[in-house]
Amino acid sequence: MKQTSTVGKSNKTVMVLLILGLSTIIFPLYMTVVIAFKQPSEMTNSISGILSLPKVWSLQNFREAMEVTDFWNSLKNSLLISGLTVGLSILIHSLMGYTLGRNKSSKFYNFVYLFIVSGMFVPFAILMMPLAKQTAEMGLANWVGVILLYVVFYMPMNIMLYSGYLTNIPLALEEAARVDGASTWLTYWKIIFPIMKPMHATVAVITALAVWNDVMTPLIIMAGSSENTLPLAQLNFQSQFGTNYNLAFASYLLSLIPILVFYVICQKQILNGVVNGAVK
Amino acid sequence: MTKHENERKRTFLLITIPILALFICFNTIPLIRGAMYSFTNSRGFGSHDWVGLRNYIDLFSDTRVGKSYLFTIKLALVTTIVVNVLSLILALGLNSKIRAKGFFRGAYFLPNILGALVVGYIFNYFFTYIVPALADMTGMEGLRSSILSSPSKAWIGVMIVCAWQAIAMNTIIYISGLQTVPEDVYEAGGLDGATGWKQFKHLTFPLIIPFFSINMVLCVKNFLMVFDQIIALTKGGPAQSTESISYLIYNNGMSGGQFGFQSANAVVFFIVIVVISVAQMKFSSSKEEQL
Repeated sequence: MKQTSTVGKSNKTVMVLLILGLSTIIFPLYMTVVIAFKQPSEMTNSISGILSLPKVWSLQNFREAMEVTDFWNSLKNSLLISGLTVGLSILIHSLMGYTLGRNKSSKFYNFVYLFIVSGMFVPFAILMMPLAKQTAEMGLANWVGVILLYVVFYMPMNIMLYSGYLTNIPLALEEAARVDGASTWLTYWKIIFPIMKPMHATVAVITALAVWNDVMTPLIIMAGSSENTLPLAQLNFQSQFGTNYNLAFASYLLSLIPILVFYVICQKQILNGVVNGAVK
Repeated sequence: MTKHENERKRTFLLITIPILALFICFNTIPLIRGAMYSFTNSRGFGSHDWVGLRNYIDLFSDTRVGKSYLFTIKLALVTTIVVNVLSLILALGLNSKIRAKGFFRGAYFLPNILGALVVGYIFNYFFTYIVPALADMTGMEGLRSSILSSPSKAWIGVMIVCAWQAIAMNTIIYISGLQTVPEDVYEAGGLDGATGWKQFKHLTFPLIIPFFSINMVLCVKNFLMVFDQIIALTKGGPAQSTESISYLIYNNGMSGGQFGFQSANAVVFFIVIVVISVAQMKFSSSKEEQL
């Protein structure tokens, strides 16, 4: 980030406006924290009753919310699903992106590329009802099915990213390996896969964010399995205990904490990944 | 040499076949099955009969479906405009010479990483309790009852929540666009007297049109498929005034016994998405060519 020491007058106005604008982001988060720590008896219908700081900072609401939403189990499921989806996406999509990217002159592979990439236009709404049936028939109405579906849903986008990135990697690298007698398969894993590291980071970030926050797929596929992901737990929690707002907000805050921590640690990578994914 | 060529070809084929099979199994086949169900009277369980084009004919006379299309398109259009105007202004601010640039960019992107469902629940409370309480204090009559319980105003609530998260994303994309504009363009423009609005209109904006089209495509597609925010804020109400197409297909198709009918709705929705996406891409590529 370049910064100049001379900050002019107009920039001061911009600064003030930017700080004011931040309140639209901070306020909902402040509200969430304050309500999550309060007891129902402290809540009145006036603004000051809702938004004042809690009298005691007690973790009681969080303990209760963890129990009601089966927090640790949901967290485990969310981590498992996101982690495996990202891992499989990087392995499978990069391999497919490589294969399709290196065969642009072939009619067959070009068709496969267009066929898969056009999957981006298919809204989940048209797939959800047949998929609910199909996964149930195949015994995949569980987290395994959800992961398989994610690998398929993000394939069009990720393949486009990988095969686009591949155009920057010279063929000569592979040809050198070939002279040494290495097979195509080995050459890929030893040479091409490591070179595509920046793209792996982009794919990991956009896939992880999308999967972590997704509600619809687990809602439709895992509905009968009594297992929850973190967002799904909030949805089920709402329909059961919707009126205890303090408990509800403690639960919301709990579900936001993992991604907030992740964001604070990897902010730069996340911003880069998201921009690369959208612009490329 | 030919031996190697064969090995390479075989490897590529061995990679492609299983992955393509996976894609066909969980994307193409359900798509075809969905299209087939649209010609039946299936309720999602039990037996069903072929009804030909019945569902499609019914679809066009169904007021609830019509209403959901109107709502979804209105929401997508208004939110796209609001989001793009605000994020362009925000991006210009964040790209100017300010202190703590990194902090501001990070903070303004925050809404985008949070799950839409939970964000929706938080805003649900905000609209239901905080806004009416504020209106009580300041004496603003129109806002005393929650906007989410008013059939004519509930869509504004949905719009605000969608915008709150989408602005974060679009701003980051506009910033990366503004960074591609070289400094000397402004200097040359400054000599010609192009400053302020003139500078933006004639210099900056034309140079970031590719990023503008990315944002347009992203916005329209995401908002047309809006679902999580609806579940969290209104569940389609009040009086079915905020039923998005995805929500209607989910609600009536999965549990409302309209599996066949909503499959037809989904097919039409799919066609609408394809037409809009293709039109947008054609439009933006023709715009880019003019430059």
